[in-house]
Amino acid sequence: MATSSLISKSSGPLGKLSNLHVVIAVLLLATTYVSICNLMFAEGSLLHVSDYTVSLFGKYLCYALLALAVDLVWGYCGILSLGHGAFFTLGGYAMGMYLMRQIGDRGVYGNPELPDFMVFLNWTELPWYWMGSDSVIWMVVMVFLGPGLLAYVFGMLAFRSRVSGVYLSIMTQAVTYALMLAFFRNEMGFGGNNGLTDFKEIFGFSLQQPSTKLGLFIATAVILALAYCVCHYIVNSKMGRVVTAIRDAENRVRFVGYKPEDYKVWIYVVSALIAGLAGALYVPQVGIINPGEFSPLNSIEMVIWVAVGGRNSLYGALIGAIVVSYAKTRFTAIMPEAWLYALGGMFVLVTLLLPKGIAGFVPSIIAKFKGDVSQNDQPNSSTKNKAGEVKS
Amino acid sequence: MLRTILVMFGLFVCTHIFAEGGSQAENGSSLSALTTQLPKAKLSKMAPLVDQIAATKTPSTRPLLQYLLDGELYYVRGSNMIVRAVVNQQKQYELTDVLGGTELAPVTKKQIKKIRTNNRLRGQIRSLLAKLDLTDEDPDNRIAALKQLIDKPNDSALDLIQSLIEQEKDSDVQALMQVLLDVQQLKNGDTAQKVAAVASLGESLEPAVKNALVQQLELIDKNSQEPEHVALRSAIQDALDSIESKREFYGVVENIFFGLSLGSVLLLAAIGLAITFGVMGVINMAHGEMIMLGAYTTYVVQLIFPHLIEYSLFIAIPLAFLVSGSVGIIIERCVIRFLKGRPLETLLATFGISLILQQLVRTIFSPLNRQVASPEWMSGSLQINPVFSLTYNRLYIIIFSLMVFFALLMILKKSSLGLHVRAVSQNRDMARALSIKSDWVDAITFGLGSGIAGIAGVVLSQLTNVGPNLGQAYIIDSFLVVVFGGVGNLWGTLVAAMSLGSINKFLEPITGSVLANIIVLVGLVLFIQKRPKGLFPQKGRSAD
Repeated sequence: MATSSLISKSSGPLGKLSNLHVVIAVLLLATTYVSICNLMFAEGSLLHVSDYTVSLFGKYLCYALLALAVDLVWGYCGILSLGHGAFFTLGGYAMGMYLMRQIGDRGVYGNPELPDFMVFLNWTELPWYWMGSDSVIWMVVMVFLGPGLLAYVFGMLAFRSRVSGVYLSIMTQAVTYALMLAFFRNEMGFGGNNGLTDFKEIFGFSLQQPSTKLGLFIATAVILALAYCVCHYIVNSKMGRVVTAIRDAENRVRFVGYKPEDYKVWIYVVSALIAGLAGALYVPQVGIINPGEFSPLNSIEMVIWVAVGGRNSLYGALIGAIVVSYAKTRFTAIMPEAWLYALGGMFVLVTLLLPKGIAGFVPSIIAKFKGDVSQNDQPNSSTKNKAGEVKS
Repeated sequence: MLRTILVMFGLFVCTHIFAEGGSQAENGSSLSALTTQLPKAKLSKMAPLVDQIAATKTPSTRPLLQYLLDGELYYVRGSNMIVRAVVNQQKQYELTDVLGGTELAPVTKKQIKKIRTNNRLRGQIRSLLAKLDLTDEDPDNRIAALKQLIDKPNDSALDLIQSLIEQEKDSDVQALMQVLLDVQQLKNGDTAQKVAAVASLGESLEPAVKNALVQQLELIDKNSQEPEHVALRSAIQDALDSIESKREFYGVVENIFFGLSLGSVLLLAAIGLAITFGVMGVINMAHGEMIMLGAYTTYVVQLIFPHLIEYSLFIAIPLAFLVSGSVGIIIERCVIRFLKGRPLETLLATFGISLILQQLVRTIFSPLNRQVASPEWMSGSLQINPVFSLTYNRLYIIIFSLMVFFALLMILKKSSLGLHVRAVSQNRDMARALSIKSDWVDAITFGLGSGIAGIAGVVLSQLTNVGPNLGQAYIIDSFLVVVFGGVGNLWGTLVAAMSLGSINKFLEPITGSVLANIIVLVGLVLFIQKRPKGLFPQKGRSAD
């Protein structure tokens, strides 16, 4: 990969390490730093990291995981999914259902079986799809099964009939929009408008405890690192290379004898699983999941993380997610009005001026400084071609 | 010449005014002359007097008789002025001059005296009032009077109808009179009359008719098993069935109408997109915001010209076209042209623009929804029959959207601009080689599509509240309409919009509106899997 060689070149003494090692190292170092600062330094100390910040970082890491999923299909397979929020939210709902059942009789109505909103709706028993939701295994299975199944069915239908490009993007958006409308209905049995909230504990640990928050943060970081390794492995494997080839020239791949549909479905499902996992990790850290997460705007925000960070490079997605989310937190705190301007401006400027994002831009600047123009000469022409095919 | 005209005009106006004044004065004076006799008239002399009053037929006649019937007609002691008096909470009488209509100062009970009536007189007044209503010059008023009679029939009125029905000129009124008589026969006639009445009642859709029939049916079921009643019973059952099937038929027609009106809204929202996306191949996610800008233009027009609400739409439509169109051209020139051939990037960039425009509107107009007034002529409905009516605003919207559609079709098919647009969309390089300024064509086409979105916004402002999120609600639907109909095919867009609207409205009573929405969305997604190029795909041999 051009970018990976760039990074290793520019990182000087770490020259022999691939960007995989760098990312993992940075991630683990940062996690250790935050954990130590949170535990060792008392409140008021300059180095102290508050519990709130820990949760916030945990949230960013979930976003980074999600961005990884989006990058996998968009950056490497050329599928612009505007509906990844659906997978994320489905994973979140699976976790939310488990957490809901963990409340037990501590809810407002004190019903040991039914979550509060069901009591409120005068339901007498759990719907069938809530059966077993109080077991951890069920939860883990559902976190993967929900998004995976949706991605598989949708992918099979869409890719088999060779829906691609913009049509696919709009359809993914329609799917998440339809899911949002569906989940807003009380009759769906997922808490309607308010979603699932008021969680008390996870695996027996109280969610209010700072230690649980830190634990969740560390778990997210570890899972992110693992997922990163998996993605790195996938994109560098033979299958990954076929996927990249599909992005660049789908018909040629088909003529050579591969079945692009199968590869696309496969990468799409993997991506959905990662997104679902991100959603499951996200819910206990923010304490709520509601149908608003399905909104098409959220899914599009995920795309902008990847676009800013730089699609076509896995670490770019992480950087993009964290930078943009941090900017959002700052902006919405200081001047909430300006956030949408900034977000919209980012969309326009990045697509116009930085088609390769930060991850493509920074190394090219460094390369320029070194007077090494040839490195800069790896334009995204292949993606452009791919994009150009769409209108036929 | 001019002077002659002026003089003639002046003469005309003068004669007209005098004629009007004269006739009014004459009628009024005779009514007031008659009313002056009221205080002194004995009860036995009242009957002819009331007849004479009823015969004057001035605007004050009806209220006067009504007050007399309700026992609210008094005269002021001394001046003998005829007034309407109503007791207020302070036990005082509030007076209104019946002839002049002016309100007078409240008085005590001693200052006024009631004009007496008895039962016979009241009966007479009732039938006189009924006659006044039934012979009113406006057919609408006659129908209103008849409808009241259906609910509360009285014998004298029915006799009156019997005598009036032959002379009635308006066929609607005549039919309604016949229904009234038939209902009466159904209730009071002998069995043969009943059967005859039932046969003709089967044609009527008045709710009261159905009630009467059901009542009779219950009556028969309760009372007897006589053979003649069996025939009547089956006749009533037939009539009820025929009414029911008619109602169902009109229910379906109404659903189609609602479907078409929703479809025409979708058409308006999508047709601009059919040009930018379908013909040019540019994904404009800010299309919804163009609609929103059009809606806000209407709002601003009404703010600037608050006294011209009636005409505001005619000002707003061209203005919205210009506002949205020029914003569209700016977007095309500044952003989209740099992203040619990269649809996914275009999608992202235009989405960014849509966020900026939304926030801009929020900053300028506040995030709250704004109410846009509807002109008088848009409200109300066209009553086809008792169970089926078309609301004017929906009717106008259907007509208007079809007009826009055909205008656009004409532009694309017949004008030189349309020719250039089609040439550029089919083969840009070849078009350029033939000296078509493709950049210019792009900008104008994009402006045209956006401008039509602005017009859609004006229409939408008449149906929903205007808010910053107005456009977002329509963007996904519009894209689906265009894709469903087949990209690059305006007729496909028309068919797609109308059929989606109708499907939605037919599902709504069964599933509820949200679920109907979801079903349509999912159905569309599945449909596109089957036929990725939509209902009417463009034929061609280009492969990717």
